Amino acid sequence: MTNPCNAPTVSASEQSHIEVRDLTMAFGDFVLQRDLSFTIPRGSIFVIMGGSGCGKSTLLRHILGLLRPAEGSILLDGEDMTDIDPERRQTLMRRFGVLYQSGALWSSMTLAENISLPLEEYTELSAREIRDISALKLAMVGLRGFEDYYPSEVSGGMQKRAGLARAIALDPEILCIDEPSAGLDPISSKRLDELIQELRESLDTTVVMVTHELPSIYSIGTDSIFLDAETRTMIASGPPTWLRDNCDDPTVHQFMTRGEAPDGV
Amino acid sequence: MTGPRLDVVRDATGILLRPGGSWDIEVETPSGSEVISAIDKLGRGDTLRYDTTKLSAWDSGFLALLLRLEEAATARAVKIDRTGLPDGARRLLALAESAPAREDARRDSGKAPVLDRVGESTIEAVEYADASVEFLGEATQAVSRFFTGRGRYRKRDLWLLVQQAGAGALPIVSLVSFLLGAILAFVGAVQLEQFGATIYVANLVGVAMARDMGALMTGIVMAGRSGAAYAAQLGSMKVNQETDALVTLGISPVEFLVVPRVIALSSMMPLLTLYSVLMGIAGGALVAIVMLDLSLTTYWNQTIDALTVGGIAGGLFKAFVYGILIALAGCRQGMRCGGSASAVGDAATAAVVSSIVAIISAAGVFAWVFYMLGI
Repeated sequence: MTNPCNAPTVSASEQSHIEVRDLTMAFGDFVLQRDLSFTIPRGSIFVIMGGSGCGKSTLLRHILGLLRPAEGSILLDGEDMTDIDPERRQTLMRRFGVLYQSGALWSSMTLAENISLPLEEYTELSAREIRDISALKLAMVGLRGFEDYYPSEVSGGMQKRAGLARAIALDPEILCIDEPSAGLDPISSKRLDELIQELRESLDTTVVMVTHELPSIYSIGTDSIFLDAETRTMIASGPPTWLRDNCDDPTVHQFMTRGEAPDGV
Repeated sequence: MTGPRLDVVRDATGILLRPGGSWDIEVETPSGSEVISAIDKLGRGDTLRYDTTKLSAWDSGFLALLLRLEEAATARAVKIDRTGLPDGARRLLALAESAPAREDARRDSGKAPVLDRVGESTIEAVEYADASVEFLGEATQAVSRFFTGRGRYRKRDLWLLVQQAGAGALPIVSLVSFLLGAILAFVGAVQLEQFGATIYVANLVGVAMARDMGALMTGIVMAGRSGAAYAAQLGSMKVNQETDALVTLGISPVEFLVVPRVIALSSMMPLLTLYSVLMGIAGGALVAIVMLDLSLTTYWNQTIDALTVGGIAGGLFKAFVYGILIALAGCRQGMRCGGSASAVGDAATAAVVSSIVAIISAAGVFAWVFYMLGI
């Protein structure tokens, strides 16, 4: 019998970009999540869902290599990232772009300087090209003309978008986003969703996103997993809309319908 | 994989751009200067078109270059036809252009005339002074409320601050004062030996430490230690909107945060200074015994003779005032801290600088007043 909360793989030809195998996340003796196994298909918008404190952000930090797994492995294009020499890992990390929860812009630099820093560090581009590219990135997130502003001088939503511009500065293959809509009004958060989708389609980026904003999960998520804080493992996986319609698990159902009781229970 | 190239084909209707190869942010890409010069030869009615059949991969550098070329083309009223571009590139360009630049957004980076800048900094200085006076007034009121028992603060916070400003500072004060006493003795010994008056090293060290140096050194140490800490604590509370949370509860942050710090530091400073004087005398004694062959008893008796109650009390009073100045300067800088992480660092720096300036100025004033009063 197949678990009703695991959607069948849509097509076998789907290329896996990141693969997580039997991952256990723990802080000392405290196990946060165990036996996580899933694949993130290339070009998908992959949503990590779950209640507060279940380890969503921690999972993202494991994928980014900021934390070491207690057990199991994480593969990027078939290459094990958990057991790798630091130099090679540095090269692989450049294929990631990260948007942190609060933007995490460097407060002593202007928006343009924030975006230029990765370009200056990692490329041989001339100052003029760097300026052009950072202006382009800011324009792509709708911040044309804000190059010389400091993060503290713009609104929270603008900081988020500038953070996104910095995350895509190096044209990453994989874009990791922690809570994109936290602290944003519904309209700004919808715009950010559209922007993420547009960037994914145009640049063919894989997006890994931690969020519990249902509207954005349904509108842009193409695949997802659900982490449960109580059983400490993933209890559902599949496209978000499929999970909403097919998954009977009460926890998942409550989450996906904002706490309404499952039908017929 | 072939490197990026950019071919220009001039034809009857304008220019056909043929980008080819793989554009990657890590390899050097064509600068596009020949294209710009080709565009400059075009005129109204010509078209800029693209053929990307040879293009295998592209990146943001490619897009940024296209935007620059198209800007040049638009300036010459050349039409642009993007149908030859890859789908994704076309959409990203459209996305970049969809948000109009805010007219008021662009910064005026030019330097203002000298008079403007002088005027602006004068206004700023006046506003700063104004706000400082207001802060001082608020703090004075809050302190008087504290002493009439109507002040709102947490006793535990106060005791913790007293501990940090008092016992916590003993090791550094010991070290600095002991060495200072030894240095004074060294300097004095060399001069006094010429007159055979080495015994007066004890007077020199004792009087200098008790009247001025003890309070001054302790003040400078505490400015770096507690003044900076207060600015950083209050500054980060400000950044996290914790002070706003106090205000909305109807609690004055000055009363709740500033007054306990002022009380703690101004009450601990005299005690630390007394300790510092003793350590300084000990340092001087060590040098006198080892270098000048004086006995401990002689040195001690000479010191006791040299010191006066008035001198010691004056030193302690100075320390008390320095404590108030340091705490106020630290808290003042913390309270006016801006909203970002780097602002906290700026506030801590400003706190140390302004408290040291305040201490030294006050020391100057005291020296003059005490001289006039004959203390």
